[in-house]
Amino acid sequence: MSQTDKPTAEPLVRIRDLVYSRGERRIFDGIDIDIQRGKLTAIMGPSGTGKTTLLRLIGGQLRPDSGTVWVDGESVPQLNYRQLYELRKRMGMLFQNGALLTDLNVFDNVAFPLREHTRLNEALIRDLVLMKLQAVGLRGARDLMPSELSGGMARRVALARAIALDPMMIMYDEPFTGQDPISMGVLVTLLRTLTDALGLTSVMVSHDVQESLSIADYVYVISEGRVVEDGTPDTLRASTSPWVQQFLQGLSDGPVPFHFPAADYAEDLLGKTVESSR
Amino acid sequence: MLDALQRLGATALGVAERMGRGHLFLLHVLGGFPALLPRFGMVVKQMYSVGVLSLVIIAVSGLFVGMVLGLQGYNTLVDFGATESLGVMVALSLVRELGPVVAGLLFAGRAGSALTAEIGLMKATEQLSAMEMMAVDPLHRVVAPRFLAGILSMPLLAAIFSALGVVGGYFVAVGLLGVDDGAFWSQMQAKVDLHEDVFNGVIKSVVFGFVVTWIAVFEGYDTVPTSEGVSRATTNTVVHGSLAVLGLDFVLTALMFGK
Amino acid sequence: MMHSRTVQIWVGLFVIAGLAALLMLSMKVSNISTFTETEGYEVTAHFENIGGLKVRSPVTMAGVVVGRVANIGFDKESYEAVVTLNIQNEYDNIPADTSASIFTAGLLGEQYIGLEAGGAEEVLTAGSELELTQSAIVLEQIIGQFLVSQADKE
Repeated sequence: MSQTDKPTAEPLVRIRDLVYSRGERRIFDGIDIDIQRGKLTAIMGPSGTGKTTLLRLIGGQLRPDSGTVWVDGESVPQLNYRQLYELRKRMGMLFQNGALLTDLNVFDNVAFPLREHTRLNEALIRDLVLMKLQAVGLRGARDLMPSELSGGMARRVALARAIALDPMMIMYDEPFTGQDPISMGVLVTLLRTLTDALGLTSVMVSHDVQESLSIADYVYVISEGRVVEDGTPDTLRASTSPWVQQFLQGLSDGPVPFHFPAADYAEDLLGKTVESSR
Repeated sequence: MLDALQRLGATALGVAERMGRGHLFLLHVLGGFPALLPRFGMVVKQMYSVGVLSLVIIAVSGLFVGMVLGLQGYNTLVDFGATESLGVMVALSLVRELGPVVAGLLFAGRAGSALTAEIGLMKATEQLSAMEMMAVDPLHRVVAPRFLAGILSMPLLAAIFSALGVVGGYFVAVGLLGVDDGAFWSQMQAKVDLHEDVFNGVIKSVVFGFVVTWIAVFEGYDTVPTSEGVSRATTNTVVHGSLAVLGLDFVLTALMFGK
Repeated sequence: MMHSRTVQIWVGLFVIAGLAALLMLSMKVSNISTFTETEGYEVTAHFENIGGLKVRSPVTMAGVVVGRVANIGFDKESYEAVVTLNIQNEYDNIPADTSASIFTAGLLGEQYIGLEAGGAEEVLTAGSELELTQSAIVLEQIIGQFLVSQADKE
């Protein structure tokens, strides 16, 4: 990729002061994120903090209430329809469950972006598809339908599809969730090797702490609409923030309490609280 | 009291907002039609699931509706000694009203609900989102071919319904009840007008096909991406599609025949 | 997933079946001759009373449909109805002194114009007028006359 071998310090994605609300709920309340070219950046945080929403904001599927999202020098919220679709050709996204097109088989799924966006002949498309499938180790599964694949295989096919057009950047939405240890290991290795071998810029949102820390170059931790901590995996492990430590070590109680806010337990049981005395 | 008023207002606003979105959606989808011409294979594939798969229910219903019309019409007309007019009655009922309307209702139930469920599930499983991120507009790639297939299929289905209905009526009238063969057809030909009756029936079926498919694809695209949302959207398609067919039929009939 | 060739063949059959149905509706169920109707010539005729005659009612000769009623008007001077008949071009040798009558098909059926050929050498052309006409038989009038004649007998 030409973008990646430019020795530039300019980040590929630059997010400044981003605010986004859904209904009454404020998902992001002024976050700043830089994603460096050619690196694997992980964005972590508890479930329900809008990590997937962040990827959709980068991809232009959602528009922020205020703040800027720059991708490769273009301000995403201000792009018109055509420019946005041009930009998306240079991005890949891996959805949580793969989101393979269920009426096409594995081969046609990977060939889909090539057939939609290029005028290559079938022989060339076949070669390209088999190369991408070989890269994720599923060349032999080309004739299977998505319903015949396991979750991990579906994600690998989706990955092959995401890299079919040789994008500059690829976004992973919870790539490890719900995987058995073997397919988790396969995916971890794949993410790292693809980033290095293709010079891809990778963005990954995840709450799988150990896997993310083991492969990421840089990590952002977000919670309650703000960036709580950022740095390399090592700086994060050494963080003094009790919240970050609770999140990284998966402790059940800490700054994030185990109990949902409620009246005093004893009073509640005795029926003395305001609510039950009504 | 005030609460009821507020609820009414909120409902009205919700309906208006949804109608607005439906029309914008329609414009966007129609914008994708020119790009379909060089890739007509996609439309053909959808015509299979929208048209060919609806063929059995349409054909069987048409045949039986025609047969029932023949039986009932005979019982009424025989009192006036006017059984030769049975062909006219069967053909006019089918071509003007029952063909487009019943085919439209069956179309909403068979093809419309399938379209909604398919698109709704594609949304729920993030396939539409994934297409957007692959820089493929799902409104052009997924919705537009299905929409066009619906518009093309419905008039054909309605014509098949009416034609088989006439055949069904013929079997009952001539084969079963002994109405004169020649009178059946000649009276029909004398009284059924190509422009007034057949063309107007075809226009009706085109309108119904357009509206029912529009409702179906919009409900699917606008669905809440959960299994409950998809099931509700499917029900909505059948209910709203059927109501639209019946309501529009009245309006069109008044415009066409209500001179 | 079915093979795309099979799908295409099925859709082809579907389209053919649909078009065949449309063809049947226009040829067999309705009267395709309405297409050729405009290719004719128009003659007029005055009637005292046209009864239930309508635009597009058939014009027959010896029971064969040779044309249709194109227009019905009212002559303000003679207080008669002016009926314009559209006669198909292939019937171009109808004598000029042909008479036109309004008949009813059956007791309660619709009304039509029956032409009865005369003996003149000249033939009808566009714009000719049929001089000999006989008005529609209005059932109420006949019944009325019948009742009156019965009363007279007694």
